[in-house]
This record gives sequence, structure tokens and C-alpha cells, in this order.
Amino acid sequence: MKYEEFNDNEYLEQLRASGTNVVVGCLDEVINWGRSNSLWPLTFATSCCGIEFMAVGAARYDFSRFGFEVTRASPRQADFIMVAGTIVHKMAPVLKRLYDQMAEPKYVIAVGGCAVSGGPFRNSYHVVQGVDTILPVDVYIPGCPPRPEALMYGMIQLQRKVKVERFLGGKNRKEKRSKNEKGEEV
Amino acid sequence: MILENIKNKFPEASIEEGALLTITVETGRYRELALYLKNDGGLAFDFLICMTGMDWGDSLGVISLLQSTRHEHKLFLKTFTTNRENPELPTVSDIWETANLNEREVYDFLGIRFINHPDMRRLFLRNDWVGYPLRKDYDANPEVNPVRLYSEETFDVTPSFEATSHGGEVSEKENVLFEEDEYVVNIGPQHPATHGVLRFRVSLEGEIVKKVDVNCGYIHRGIEKMCESLTYPQTLALTDRLDYLAAHQNRHALCMCIEEALGLEVPERVKYIRTIMDELNRLSSHLLFWSTLCMDMGALTAFFYGFRDREKVLDIMEETTGGRLIQNYNVIGGVMADIHPNLIHRVKEFLKYLPPMIKEYHEVFTGNVIAQQRLKGVGILTRENAIAYGASGPTGRAAGWSCDVRKHTPYGVYDKVDFKEIIHTEGDSFSRYIVRVEEIMESLHILEQLVDNIPEGDYAVKTKPLIKLPEGHYFKSVEASRGEFGVYIESRGDKFPYRVKFRSPCLPLVSIVDQLARGNKIADLIAIGGTLDYVVPDLDR
Amino acid sequence: MFDFATITHWVDELLRSFLPHATATLVECILIGLCLLLGYALIALVLIYAERKVCAFFQCRIGPNRVGPYGTIQSVADMIKMLTKELIDINHIDRFLFNLAPFVVIIASVLAFGCIPFAKGLHVIDFNVGIFFLIAVSSIGIVGILLAGWASNNKYSLIGAMRSGAQMISYELSIGLSILTVVVFTGSMQLSTIVEGQADGWLLFKGHIPACIAFIVYLIAGTAETNRGPFDLPEADSELTAGYHTEYSGMHFGFFYLAEYLNMFVVASVATTLFLGGWMPLHVPGWESFNQIMDYIPSIFWFFGKTGVVIFIIMWFKWTFPRLRIDQLLRLEWRYLLPLNLLNLFLMVIVVVFKLHF
Repeated sequence: MKYEEFNDNEYLEQLRASGTNVVVGCLDEVINWGRSNSLWPLTFATSCCGIEFMAVGAARYDFSRFGFEVTRASPRQADFIMVAGTIVHKMAPVLKRLYDQMAEPKYVIAVGGCAVSGGPFRNSYHVVQGVDTILPVDVYIPGCPPRPEALMYGMIQLQRKVKVERFLGGKNRKEKRSKNEKGEEV
Repeated sequence: MILENIKNKFPEASIEEGALLTITVETGRYRELALYLKNDGGLAFDFLICMTGMDWGDSLGVISLLQSTRHEHKLFLKTFTTNRENPELPTVSDIWETANLNEREVYDFLGIRFINHPDMRRLFLRNDWVGYPLRKDYDANPEVNPVRLYSEETFDVTPSFEATSHGGEVSEKENVLFEEDEYVVNIGPQHPATHGVLRFRVSLEGEIVKKVDVNCGYIHRGIEKMCESLTYPQTLALTDRLDYLAAHQNRHALCMCIEEALGLEVPERVKYIRTIMDELNRLSSHLLFWSTLCMDMGALTAFFYGFRDREKVLDIMEETTGGRLIQNYNVIGGVMADIHPNLIHRVKEFLKYLPPMIKEYHEVFTGNVIAQQRLKGVGILTRENAIAYGASGPTGRAAGWSCDVRKHTPYGVYDKVDFKEIIHTEGDSFSRYIVRVEEIMESLHILEQLVDNIPEGDYAVKTKPLIKLPEGHYFKSVEASRGEFGVYIESRGDKFPYRVKFRSPCLPLVSIVDQLARGNKIADLIAIGGTLDYVVPDLDR
Repeated sequence: MFDFATITHWVDELLRSFLPHATATLVECILIGLCLLLGYALIALVLIYAERKVCAFFQCRIGPNRVGPYGTIQSVADMIKMLTKELIDINHIDRFLFNLAPFVVIIASVLAFGCIPFAKGLHVIDFNVGIFFLIAVSSIGIVGILLAGWASNNKYSLIGAMRSGAQMISYELSIGLSILTVVVFTGSMQLSTIVEGQADGWLLFKGHIPACIAFIVYLIAGTAETNRGPFDLPEADSELTAGYHTEYSGMHFGFFYLAEYLNMFVVASVATTLFLGGWMPLHVPGWESFNQIMDYIPSIFWFFGKTGVVIFIIMWFKWTFPRLRIDQLLRLEWRYLLPLNLLNLFLMVIVVVFKLHF
């Protein structure tokens, strides 16, 4: 898709604004080209959006064209998590743990009304009001469930985001080990 | 006759006559009556369709809908307790196995403890959840139950409450689920083969499954509670999201239930359209079943074949309804919009398109030696167990139980079309598989008869903007893709329902996993799960 | 036919002309090592791409087509991604064994890769028990897999590793016996001799029935050895999330991933060498002019062409069949393949003794 055809490029411009030097920049570009063209999703779905996610992988929409080829069942090997479906209170810690298990650099896409804000179940006693209350979300895809084309659009938006990020010295930082409630290192 | 028998035996039971009999009995004789209903030859209520926990304000209780598979009669059985602090009821889980999970659900929602129930854990909510959400005085303040980001503790023992022989003293006992030295593997909630977020705790002996403990609730959205604060037309939107692969059928059930309560007669055209949409939905669901089963079994290419053809069904539905999965098409009194002019010829094209593809499916998967060996003789469900656990739908029919709602209590225009009820008697995974594939053909056959004969007329009758159901309780069920989907509504004459309960076809399916998987291999557990074809958001609601 | 030995000799003489003997050998070793690794990486990338395209076409899809023409450098992008991915440091694991496992797997497959005669004169190790050495080194990989499963401290991994242990040890027998059939026929364990023995006709044709049976058994057992579908139980996606490499991330996982493809290549190229004449062109006795035309095609094309066909067959059944269950898998080996193989070996001996071959 051409740059001009996207409607919302301001955010990317912001990411791009902080310049880098030439050598690092070139290397960054190569790495980002590789990373953005090989984003492997985690097979994770809670409800209806997951079926549409399967449809995107299937013959008619076929996201492998863009390099989303391999859906990994193990979070260690996945690059981004598609939170496809409602996240409820009981699932929230599980989702958090899944996200923590993923290797950096990792991304989150919130798919569907439920993951974006709670959607039709916002008033329920057991539904998390948007997955961004637990995880840092990179791309939101609204819809109930979003059409496969919408999913694809969102995934390509993520590719674009990855492309303009600074990998060396930016995304690629060694984070300190954090401690959980019990004081164990995680 | 039923009435007299019961009156003679249980003179103190109060009996309401309506569309269905409702028998209310004190807790003291509840179990006795239940046993009588089940075991008496003339009554033989062997199938517990659904059990609903109720908060009637001054009392808490359960109301169960019973059916006899032999005589095909139904009745409601009701019991209650006025003790709101420590509500206790006797269990019937040893009489109808399906009550096991249902009573846990009631405990979870209303805090009613069932005496002598072997496993009184919460079913859906976290075990540190405060309060019982379906009680009318539940405190919904998010500060009481914030989103907790630490995992709940998993216990290997379950509480159980026992009554001493007399005096009614209740003592707590612990039942051991898994011993200390057992090799327990956690499958799910995030696992590619659980079809959603279901969690199995599986005790293994090498590759052999010794025991399966099902944990659900990872997608429990509290739809039933939400319905209580929505007007009737608003509740419709949520049914589509229960079992999203049977969106039409679910909504059909709710619409019919409300229409029946209102005494609303829908035009013939509506019935035709609804039936056509139901069958299209069944097609898409069964095609998805086929694809995902193949994927679970490792035949990846087959998955893509199934999805390729499913897209064609979705196209047809989308043209008329505007949605692929969630269609929001049925409304009270009819359907949202008239059918698209293309529908008829596209359905006809599809009727020609699919049969050769099904043949291909058989070549790719059914005929394969590996597939046959992995499915045949694995996870055998007997007819008795299917009824006792309430595993209806294709699963029940594969076990030889004739349980097709479309045949037994026809709705829509199913009484006008000619179709076979597919019944196999082996009860193994392969027959569950083949029943569904044959049902695809049967659905095509139904569509063939309907699509040319849609009568002219209105696509909806006008209803009042504010719908109030007359006081009473209503139940209506349809044959959804996975089994009997029922809607129970209790109304107090308001514009909001007092209590809505959805009889999910998938909850019984999940409750039999343990039984089917025992003694088989892990790979069989996947095959069994695949052929049972449960949809987790449906059972969690 | 062009002999690659001329190039290697020329390099050898060139180095020796200005370097002392020991240094020249050292430099040669390093050069060979580099070439092998380069070839290894290149072949793995090509195979990953090929597999994706092949399965896409089986599945009515297009497959990768955005990076490079027809998506040809998709696997390069994947490799860059994999290299930059974090290697997660996990608590409660045996850190040494955990980190060692992927290297064991990759070393085993590189060693096996080194034994293969790619073309006339293009052969790294060629000694009298070459095929024996190949079997020996290729089965070191199982140690890596077992280590990975054990060290991960993960129940899925452990089950996966145990499955693959049972599977590989069983199928090793079939591989050994089917190769033995070939050895009986050619009377040599040296790969170059085996290839040259097929100059007047490939073994598959010369050894007719027993050779064909051995070829089929070898293909089945070889696929099982590489843990590819329908024998992919150790990493069964839908059962064990990712089997023995569930806990591995980044390039550690990449090593397992590469080794899987390379093992497939090794299995296919051994099949080519043993049964399809290796780099030998197709010769039909009596058709002199045809044979001469065939000789014009360089040997390296013959080798990679035949290997490609075998790889395609292996991919074909991966994407067609459902996965076996562990008991079916073991039954297939111990109840069908092994007795069949023993019988076949006997048959081959009869064929060789009574000179019933072509």
C-alpha cells in the first residue's frame, strides 16, 4: 500500500522525527525491513474475532503474503499478539503472562470492540474494559468482529510502525528484571 | 396423567399449569420427587435440559426443565430456600449427571451450596471473586472486584458439603482431584487445540490420560446478568455473540421465545427466511468444524479447503444480512431486512458447488488411513451417557440418541421439509465426525426444498417499540449447530426480563470430555475435543 | 563431464605454492568450513522459501509475495528478524544444557551435510565408511532434542522430547536397514564408490524390487527422522504447542528451525545418492547419443534436481496427511517397516547372489 493512501500518518511522523546517524540508520533500516516483513503472530483467540483471524490466514485473504506466515503456538517465538476477542477478569492475568513470556521486540494488536474497549460487554461485571488497561497496545482494530480486510489493514499498520522505529538503541534495550508481588524475579 | 400421578404421590407439591407444567416442591422432598420423576416408568424424565438458578427476591432456588426422551413430555421442577445468608439445596447431580456443572454454575452465580455435590468449586469466576453476580443485591462496584493481574491459585482439592444423616448439620469435606505425585499437565487456556480459552488440567501416565479436570470461565462475559438490564430487543444483540458460529440459530431461539410469550404470529415468509439462514449458518459452522478438526489432527491443507468453501457461505449470508459472523438479522416479529434478490440464485449455485467439494473432503481426510485409525473407536460415548450428560446435537446423534429439535418439536418450516435425522450408533469420534459431514449434505437438501418456495409477504410484523412480556416463564429451544440451544426467560411484566438463561449446548459437551478421554492418549484428547466441537464463548456465556 | 576436482586441486596447488604445508591445510580447512556453512545457510533459506510456496499452492493460496520478486527473499527477512530477537533468560532451567541443545542439533546436521557428494569431485569427506559415518553423526541430533526437552523444565517440552526419542531410535533402525540393502548391492560403504557404481543405471532401476522397497522405506523413515509431518509428533502444534522447542526464542529457536529444513535436505540428498545415482546423469544402456546429451548437463544440476524432486515428495506428504498418534507411529515401524525391511534385505541378498539385477 502506498504511503499517501493511508489516512493517519501523523503518528509515524512522530516516531520518525528523532533522527539517527548514517551508519546506525542504515543498519536500522535493514533490520527493520527484516523485522517488519516477518512478524509472526501468536495463535491466540478468545472469541469471534479469532474466527476472523483464522479466515485472514486462510485461502481467500492469506496473510502469509505479507510475511505473517507462521503462526506460532509458543509465545516465545511469536512477534506480536493479536488480542482477538473479549478479555475477562479471569483471563487478564493469563494474557499478561503470555505477553511477558514473549521475546522482545513484541507488539500487541487489539482486535475488535471487546479488546479495544470492552465493546458490547462494557457494562458487564466480568469484562476488562479494553486490553490497553493491561498491555501496551500498538494497533487498535475496531469492529465486531472486524472484517478480514480490516484485520489486514491493522496488521499492515503494525508493519509500518515497525519500519519507522529505531531498533538499535531504541527498541532494543535490555530491560531490568522486574519483580512480582511475591518478590521473585520474573 | 403426569399431573395425577404426581399429585397422588406428592400432595404438598404446588402445581401450576401453563404451556408446561411447573411443579414446586419444598427442599425436603426435592430429591425424592426428582428420583420419582426420573425412575417412574410412565414419567421417565431422563434428560435435564437446563437448570436455572433463580433469585426470586425473598427466596433463592433452582428451576430445572426436564424432558423424557421416551415419552417426549417436559415439565419444570422448582425448589427454593428462603435462607439468603447460607442458602443450601440438596444436589441432584447423582440423578442427572448434567446437573453437576449446572449446580456449580448456580453456586457460582447465586451462592447456593448443594449438599452432597462432589465438587463445589466456582465454575466461571475466579475463586477469590467477591459476591454472587446474579443475585439481585449484587454489588457491581468495580472496586470490589478489580482486574487482578496475578493468577488465581489452582487447588488440587475441591470442597464438598455433606449433611449429617439427621439434624441437617452441614460439614465441609475435601475431595482430592489430583494426588501430589501425579503428572498434571495444563492444557490451555491459550492452546491451539482447545478452540478458544478453555483450560484442561490433565493427569498423565506417560502418554495416557488418567483424568481431565475442566476449568472454564476464561471468556465468561456475564451475558445473562447483562440481559437483565436490557430491553427485550436489546438482548437480541448478545445472543449472536454466544456461539458466534450459530449466530442465527441462537437469535432465532430468543426471538421465538419472545414471540411465543407475546402470542405473536410471524408471517410465513419470515419462517422460510429464518430457516434458510439457520441452515446456511449450520453449513458454515460444520465446514468450520471440518477444517479445525483436520487442523487439530495435523492435516493442514484440509483446513484451507474447508475455509475456502466456508467463505462462499459467508458471502451469501453477508449479501443479505451485512455481516459475516455476527449477523444481527432476526428481530422480534421477523427479520431485519428482506432477502437480497441475489440470495436465491447464489444459494442454488452453492448447492451445485458443494457436493463435489464434500467428495474431495472424503478423499483428502475421511478416507485417509491415519485419520480413520485416529478417530475410530476413540472416545466412545454411550447413548445413556449422552442423555444423562445432556450431550445433544451431532454428538448425541452419533451416540444413537435421536435428539434433533428440528424433528421432535419443529419450528420455522422444518415440519414442511423432508429431511433425515442423521443417527449413528457407534458413539466414537469417527461417527461424530461423519454425522456432521452428513448433516452438511442434509442441510443442502433442506435448502434445495426451501429456496424456490419462499412465499411472498412481509418480512416482519410491526411490533411496539416497547415490548413487555406477560408475567411467567418461557422456554424455547432450537437445534443449533452443536446441539439444543434453549432460552429461558422469566418475566415479571416489565420491559426488562427478570432472568434470562441460555441453555448452552456446549457445556454438556465439555462435561463429558473427562469421561471420553480417560485411558486414551493425549493426541486422542485433541481428537475428542475436535469432534465434540464445542465453542468456548458459548459455554462460558 | 566437468570435474570439480580440477578447481579444488587448483586451489590446493595455489595455496601450497606460497604457504608451508601445514598452513595450507589449515587455510583449506577453514575455506571448506566457510563454504559448507555458507551453503548450509543458503540451502536452508531456499528450502524455507520453497516450502512456503509449495504449501501455499497446495492450499490454494499465494504464499509470500511482497519482499523481493515473488517473495523470494522472505526467508532472509525471517532470518534477520530471528537474529535480532531476544534470547529469553528463563528461570528454573538447566542453563548450560538449555543453551547447548540447539548447538548440538545444528552441529549434527552440519556434520551430516558435510558428507554429501554434491557433484563430481565436490565432496568434503570421502572415506571407506562414509555412509556409516553419516548415519552416526545425523543421529547425534536426537541428543540435542532430548537435552532441549529436559533442560527446558517444561512439561510439553519433556513430552515432546520423549516422543522424539522413541521415534528417532525406532526409525533409525529402518534407515540403517534400508541403507544396508544398498550396501549389500554395491558392496561398498564409500559414498563415491556407491555413486560411481550407478554410472550405468541408477540403483532404483538396477536393483528393481528390493531397491524400490528400500527406497520407499527410506523415505518414510527419513521423514520420521526429521520430525516432519505426518511424523511431527515431537513438535505437534495442536497438542504440545511447540514440543521440545517450546521455550526457545530468537536464534536458538532459529537453529532448530534451520536444522529441521537441513535435515530434510540431508535425507533427500542421501536418498538421491543411494538410490537415484547421486550426481550421475540419467544413462540408458545402449542409447549412446542420449547418454552423451545427458552428460552435458553439469553434475551439480543433476544432484540438486534429483534432491529437489525428493524434497518435493517429502513436502507433499507433509501437507497431505494428518499426524500419526504415538502408538500408530511405533506400530508402523516395529510391526510393518522393520519386518519388511529384514525381508527386503534377504531379498536383496538373493538378488545379488544370483545376479538377478540389471
